[in-house]
Amino acid sequence: MSDNATGSAAAERGLAEAEPGGVASFDNADRGPIRRLQEILHQYPTSIPFIVLLIGVVIFSFAAPGKFLAPFNFSLILQQVTIIAILGVAQTLIILTAGIDLSVGVIMILASVVMGRTAVVYGVPVEIAFPLGLLAGLACGFVNGLIVTKLRLPPFIVTLGTWSIFGALNVWYSKSETIRQADMQESAPFLQWTGTIFKPYDFFARMGLDLGFLKGWVLNYGSIVMLLVAAVIWYVLNKTAFGRHVYASGDDPDAARLAGINTDRTLIGVYALAGFICAIAAWVLIGRIGGVSPQAGQTANLDSITAVVIGGTSLFGGRGSIVGTLVGALIVGVFRNGLALSGLELLWQDFAVGVLIIVAVTIDQWIRKISS
Amino acid sequence: MTHEAGTTHVAGYAPAAALAPDTMVVPALQARGLNKRYGRVVALDNADFDLMPNEILAVIGDNGAGKSTLIKALTGAVSPDHGEIWLNGEPVAFKSPIEARNLGIETVYQNLALSPALSIADNMFLGREKRREDFFGRMFRTLDKTYMQKMARQKLTELGLLTIQNINQPVETLSGGQRQGVAVARAAAFGSRVVIMDEPTAALGVKESRKVLETILRLKERGLPIVLISHNMPHVFEVADRIHIHRLGKRIAVINPKRHTMSDAVAIMTGAMAPPADEAA
Repeated sequence: MSDNATGSAAAERGLAEAEPGGVASFDNADRGPIRRLQEILHQYPTSIPFIVLLIGVVIFSFAAPGKFLAPFNFSLILQQVTIIAILGVAQTLIILTAGIDLSVGVIMILASVVMGRTAVVYGVPVEIAFPLGLLAGLACGFVNGLIVTKLRLPPFIVTLGTWSIFGALNVWYSKSETIRQADMQESAPFLQWTGTIFKPYDFFARMGLDLGFLKGWVLNYGSIVMLLVAAVIWYVLNKTAFGRHVYASGDDPDAARLAGINTDRTLIGVYALAGFICAIAAWVLIGRIGGVSPQAGQTANLDSITAVVIGGTSLFGGRGSIVGTLVGALIVGVFRNGLALSGLELLWQDFAVGVLIIVAVTIDQWIRKISS
Repeated sequence: MTHEAGTTHVAGYAPAAALAPDTMVVPALQARGLNKRYGRVVALDNADFDLMPNEILAVIGDNGAGKSTLIKALTGAVSPDHGEIWLNGEPVAFKSPIEARNLGIETVYQNLALSPALSIADNMFLGREKRREDFFGRMFRTLDKTYMQKMARQKLTELGLLTIQNINQPVETLSGGQRQGVAVARAAAFGSRVVIMDEPTAALGVKESRKVLETILRLKERGLPIVLISHNMPHVFEVADRIHIHRLGKRIAVINPKRHTMSDAVAIMTGAMAPPADEAA
C-alpha cells in the first residue's frame, strides 16, 4: 500500500514536471479565444444547432412581425417537421455508424402502403395490417444491414440499390393506386389517429389547470409519437450498451472490434431499428395526409439527412445526438416557414437550407480538428 | 534473478504439468512447437514461449521475425497450424481474441483500440459494460454508469494515472501518454492472468514513455506477468526480467538483461552472434 502511495505521488510529481514543459507551452501558443470556442463547441456540440435555431427565431420575428411568433404558426412548423424528424432519428442511428441511408423515404412509403392497402383494399383487420407494416419496415432495414455487413459494401451503394428495389416493390404492391381519406376513415381509422388534432390548452383545462401560455397551440398525435420515438432512441443511445456500441462502431470500427464488440451485429441492429422507425414514420404520414399515396415523400431522404447534418451529427460517424437532429429538423422548418412568411419565393428557402448544410459541415470539420 | 526456470527446459513439447521437477513454478503462459504458415511463408517455425508468473518478459526480434504472429497466436487472433498453449498449466486453444480475453489475457494493442469520441469511463468498459442490478437494468438494460465511472477512476488511481480530472472527457482530448494510460488501465482492470503490451512506447515522447514504463513496473508489483513487445532496447533493458529473442520464426534465445548488453541482444536478434549456449532455448 505504502509502495503504491509513494509510487503514485512520484508519478504525479513526474507529470507536474511535465506540464510546464513541452506540453503546456505548446498549448499556450494558440490558446486564443477562438481555440477556447473550439474546445467549448467540441464539448457541447449540440449547442450550435440550438444557437442557429435561436438566431433564426429572432431574425424571423423581426422579418415577419406578428405572424411568425404566433403559437399557431409554431404549431404549424411542428406539424410540418414531424415526419422528417422521425426519419431523421432513424437516419441519425445510421450516420452515427458512419453510414448513410438513402432508402429511409421509400421504406416509409412502402410501410404506409403495406399498412393502408392491406387494411383498406384487402380488408385485413388493422390489428394485423398495422404490425405487418411495421414488420415490412423492419425487414427492409434488416436487408440493408445484412448487405452492408455480409457483402461489405458501402452503405451509400447498398441503400442506393435498395432505394430502387423497395421503390419497385412499392409500385408492385400499391399498383400505384392511392387510398382516399374517406375509404381509410371507413375501414381503418386507427391508421389516421396520428393526424388527430388536439389543443394542449383544452387538455390541461379539463384537468383543472389554466396554462395561459398554451393558448393557440394546435398539436397532433403524430408530434407526440415523434417525441416518444426520439425519447426511446435517446435512451437506447445513451443508457444502454448497444448505444455505446453504435457510437464506438462508427467512431473507429477496428478499435471497437478489438474491444470485443461484434460490429456486424451492431450494424444490422442499427439498420433494422432504422427501418422500424421509418415504419412508425409511415403511420404518422398516413395521419398527416389522411390516406396513402405511393408518390408521397419524394424528398424525405435528403430532408432527413439535412436535419441530421444541421443537427450537428458528423457524417464521419461516432459523433452526434438525437436532440441535435430534432433541433436540426426544427431549424429547417423555421427557416422555410420564416422565409415564406417574410414574403420570399420558394427558391430562397432551398437556397437557405443549402447554406445551412454547408455551414454545419464546415463547423463539424473544424471541431473535429481538435483531436489531431 | 529468480526466473532461471524458463531457460532450463531446453527443447521439448512437454506440457507444464510434466515439466522437470526442478522448474517447480508453473509458467503463466507457455507454448510449445507453434507453427503457422501463410502460403509459402513460414511465420512460426516450431516456436516456443514461456512467461513465468510475476515477471516482465520482453519479446524482441527483427521485422518479419514472426513475433507479431507469435503474439497473435497467444492472444487468439491467429490460430496456429500446430502447437500447444498452456495458461497456468491448463491447455487452451483460443478461437478468437475474445476467448483469450475471457480467460484473463488482456492485450494493449499498438493502436490502443480506444474509441476517440467516447469518454474514458466508456472506453474502459467498452464491450463489457455493466448493467444496473435493479429493475431498470433487468427490464430496460440500463447501464450502471455510476459504478463504471467509480471503477474507472479507481483503476486509474491505482496505476497513479489519475491526473485526468474528468473521467467523462472524451479520450481524444487526452495526450498520447494519457491515452496509453487508459489502455493500460483497462488491461490491468480486466487482465487477471497476463497482460500483453505491443510497442507501448513507440508513439510517445520521452517523458510520456517514462510514465508508461513506471506503469508497467507498477503492474508487475501488483503480481501480473507482463509480455512487452518493443523495438526500444533501452526500455526493454530497463524493465524486463528476461528477454525472449525471436528470429526466423522461432525463439532463438532467452537472455538475462543483467548478463548481456544491448549490442549482444541486437547481434543475436540479427544473427550476427550465436545465441549463448547456456541460455539457448
